[in-house]
Amino acid sequence: MEIFTKKSDQLIASPEAGQSQGMQRRQFLRYAGVGTAAVGLFAAEACKKDRNNYKGVYLGSGDVGILNYAYALEQLEAQFYINVVSNSAFATQFSADEQLLITEVRNHEVLHREFFKAALAGNAIPSLNFNFSAINFGTRASVLAAAKAFEDLGVSAYNGAGYLIQNPTYLVLAGKIVSVEARHAAYFRDLISPNTFVGQDVVNVSQNGLEYDKTPQYVLGMASAYITTPINADDLPTS
Amino acid sequence: MDLLNIIEEIEKVDPEFQDKISPRRAAIKNITSFGSKVAVAAMPFALGSLFKKAYAQQSSSSIVGVLNYALQLEFLEANFYNAGLTSASFAAMKTTLTATELAGLTLIQTDENNHVKFLQTVITSLGGTPVSFTPANFDFTAQGTFPSVYTSSDTWLAVAETFEDTGVRAYKGQATNLIRNKTVLTAALDIHSVEARHASHLRMLRRARMLTAGMSSTAAIRPWITGANDTGIAAVNASYAGEDNVMQGGVNVATGLSAYNTIAGANATTSATQAFDEPLDMQTVVGIVTPFFKK
Repeated sequence: MEIFTKKSDQLIASPEAGQSQGMQRRQFLRYAGVGTAAVGLFAAEACKKDRNNYKGVYLGSGDVGILNYAYALEQLEAQFYINVVSNSAFATQFSADEQLLITEVRNHEVLHREFFKAALAGNAIPSLNFNFSAINFGTRASVLAAAKAFEDLGVSAYNGAGYLIQNPTYLVLAGKIVSVEARHAAYFRDLISPNTFVGQDVVNVSQNGLEYDKTPQYVLGMASAYITTPINADDLPTS
Repeated sequence: MDLLNIIEEIEKVDPEFQDKISPRRAAIKNITSFGSKVAVAAMPFALGSLFKKAYAQQSSSSIVGVLNYALQLEFLEANFYNAGLTSASFAAMKTTLTATELAGLTLIQTDENNHVKFLQTVITSLGGTPVSFTPANFDFTAQGTFPSVYTSSDTWLAVAETFEDTGVRAYKGQATNLIRNKTVLTAALDIHSVEARHASHLRMLRRARMLTAGMSSTAAIRPWITGANDTGIAAVNASYAGEDNVMQGGVNVATGLSAYNTIAGANATTSATQAFDEPLDMQTVVGIVTPFFKK
């Protein structure tokens, strides 16, 4: 089952394709601006205009922007698992052992969400709205496919944003969280199909054993299939 | 608690702290100070050279040091799987693994050997000399601590799991030494999460065996780390020391976040220790793995 099907223009054929698609308008303009003075001036104007016209929750810039980006993704995951565990089908679709572990996953994600909210304090974005109608919470297969997709996306997001973090304390905190997301991802993948914990869709198995990381632009594009609140990520750091 | 205020607090004691940790901000500050005099057309070039200067934080020799440390750990892991899955001396152990278990372990073996090759290439491309080990360099009994590693897959899987969990902690512990380095930090993170996937898988293999043996669902090991050393093996205490930490960024996350406590209830502390993996410094990790290298 394909989880991120709502926005057909965001669908990708391969993990590598996602990397290049992640370079969107703003980055393009930045590169273009290096070329000539005239383009540089236009680029600056275009950026300003765009941002003023953009409606949505503003993530901010610098480390605050990256932490809000992580907070948005943790909000998505937390709400998803709250829905999973509170659904009446949870007790029938999953074994007692699976219920124990998935309930723990819910706790982890709620804690990640609340941790970022507390860490960001006055800089935190508000609670986002979600639309999970593409997921059938009454069936095991739909829930597991969504869990896998959210966890894989989360890992690729933290991996791709790590170098943008300036403060070492936040970098370590992101590192403490991403490996737990990877543990979740491996668990769900193996539940769906044994020995898919390092599938070639997420890890470059044939060449170097590295996980595919993703840009914030790519990740937010994918997540927007579920986050209905518009998000303004224009000022997230890109280098 | 406002985590972002930590910087302000430190700046009171060390006014240059911001510039030390954040060269980019310093670069921007310098630009704005003469910004009005610089033509907009020249800005991209001014930015380029200033950023290049600001980002040359880590010397290539310090990066090579971190990468050689990572390479040594990857050699340990790769050789462990190579020996366990292909060496005659581990044949007795191998017969106690199921076909499904073997298939998954072979995937891990491939990843670890690829990590070795990848790190060797990166170190060489940075002008460094990669460390090198052969199968003869290793003692997987850890000088007698795990004598049954050749015959018991229970023991062998436990050692494998400890290597993976320790590897996750080791990479995490080096993140700040690679901060802001797009290429090397990102590569390290991309390996770090793969090690965590391995650890999760190995833990589920062991969990299945524990449940089959009659252990309760709450007592058996999870894909994530619960408290300080949930492996049931005292000899690996050092690999898990500190994993019971619940203080994150100055917040006691087990008790200080009410919305979390409402949902997690009686399991708040257990889940809080699981929700954050802790880093380990180089010295500690080297101490842990030294017994696995022959003297």
